[in-house]
Amino acid sequence: MRFECHNLCKVYLTRDGSVTALDGVTFAAEQEEFVCIVGPSGCGKTTLLKLIAGLLEPTVGRITFDSDAADGRLRSALVFQEHGVFPWMTVLDNVAFGLEMQGVGRQDRYARARAFIRKVGLSAFANNYPHELSVGMRQRVGIARAFVADPQVLLMDEPFGSLDAQTKLVLQEELLRIWKDNRKLVVYVTHDIEEAVLLADRVLVMSGRPGRIREEIQVPLGRPRNLSDRERPEVVEVKLRIWGMLEDEVRQGLEMPT
Amino acid sequence: MKKTMRLERWLPVALVAGILAVWEWQVSAGRMSALFFPAPSTIAATFARLLTTCVLPANIVATLSRVFVGLALGAIPGLILGLAMGSSSRLRAVFDPLIAALHPLPKIAVLPLIMIIFGIGETSKVVVVAIACFFPMLISTAAGVRQIHPIYFEVAENYGGRLLQVFTRVVLPGSLPLVLSGLRLALNTALLLAIAVELVSAREGLGSMIWFAWETLRTEELYATLATTAALGISFNIVVQYLTAKLVPWQVEREG
Ligand SMILES: Nc1ncnc2c1ncn2[C@@H]1O[C@H](COP(=O)(O)OP(=O)(O)OP(=O)(O)O)[C@@H](O)[C@H]1O
Ligand SMILES: [Mg+2]
Repeated sequence: MRFECHNLCKVYLTRDGSVTALDGVTFAAEQEEFVCIVGPSGCGKTTLLKLIAGLLEPTVGRITFDSDAADGRLRSALVFQEHGVFPWMTVLDNVAFGLEMQGVGRQDRYARARAFIRKVGLSAFANNYPHELSVGMRQRVGIARAFVADPQVLLMDEPFGSLDAQTKLVLQEELLRIWKDNRKLVVYVTHDIEEAVLLADRVLVMSGRPGRIREEIQVPLGRPRNLSDRERPEVVEVKLRIWGMLEDEVRQGLEMPT
Repeated sequence: MKKTMRLERWLPVALVAGILAVWEWQVSAGRMSALFFPAPSTIAATFARLLTTCVLPANIVATLSRVFVGLALGAIPGLILGLAMGSSSRLRAVFDPLIAALHPLPKIAVLPLIMIIFGIGETSKVVVVAIACFFPMLISTAAGVRQIHPIYFEVAENYGGRLLQVFTRVVLPGSLPLVLSGLRLALNTALLLAIAVELVSAREGLGSMIWFAWETLRTEELYATLATTAALGISFNIVVQYLTAKLVPWQVEREG
């Protein structure tokens, strides 16, 4: 499985004019690769994920991939920034949702959902509703739901963006652990550089709006990874490089003198 | 905490009991007109008599059947059109102005017109109740669908949900809380309209009892019937509240 984005442009038409969110995004991603996309706020990261997911049509450009679905679409599972889990479904039904849409029978989908609910440590909450869970637990539900659906591409939109640092660390490790056993192509959006280098094989740095890919950086780390890896000199150097690029973009975005 | 909770619960009961006691005492002491304000004990006795002679039950059945037939005829189309309008901006563009024009009209005012069309029989009464139920159900349901966060539709689409699946797993449960509050409004409106119609034009039903009691100046019957009507309204709300707690378990806590 490999997919390629060719010159993706997205223009939103609004009541008072148009907003160019993306302007010529080109990149490719390979099977089992973990790609992180970092970029300043509002540069079109969510837009890019929605284009890949097929929830939006690009204004210009196209995405190529080899599909295994009957209707020829790229089977993706998008974990949203927030509010992604259905408040009216229990954890179990939320996690089984993708399978339910695929027409998997109740027994089978519950069994498969339970397995992933255990992997994210929510077995005790399988029959609870999301409002009874913490924000971090809710994001785990979203992640379990995405993995259970067994998509070709897993798309994650700052899934841990609103969490405190400790919870974030725990969930990042959990995510890597699950991914190790269920290797698939992940495109993970974040604006946290630490997070990007901890998780990714490759980091794509986006420019400010209108977004394009400014640079691709290979993360010089093997797997499995642990926390102390982030302090290694070659990793620190990569972080500083990314930070340098983002700083430019953020400054330009704020229109501050350099 | 617990103590104040208990106090808050009992205070209204104590208040009502106190008022009734003072009322009873003032009437028996001759300081309050028994014609306008018959003693609570007299009202209770009248109530018991009306109940045992089956006058009250028969009239309750008459009113309730108007309420529920009217509700079914009005709220179900309101629900269906509301779901459709909530989902389609084109339908909204067509129907919104129409509803904005018709909804503010006090529905009892169309009774004469309805009677010209449907005659002076039972049909007209039920139709007026139905018209009155239609609007709150429609408006609440459409609002219920529209307030569903677009992200939930995107999730369903992302996982390959078909139209029917999106409808049953997103649209219906997502709008359910407001559908139920629409149902509560519709029920209250149905009772209001059934009573109003009966006041004007019926031979049976709680509204006609109220009117008859007034014409013959049987104040104690008037009070007994009013209390019955209030009890109906209250029990409607309790039933819908119970339904809401059962059907919308994901919202109960937020309200509490
Ligand atoms: N539906 C829409 N209609 C109009 N403009 C939009 C729409 N969605 C996004 N935009 C605009 O497109 C640009 C990119 O939005 P997007 O949400 O993709 O950015 P982002 O990188 O995900 O931002 P953030 O880091 O805040 O999540 C923004 O300027 C936003 O205002
Ligand atoms: Mg975003």
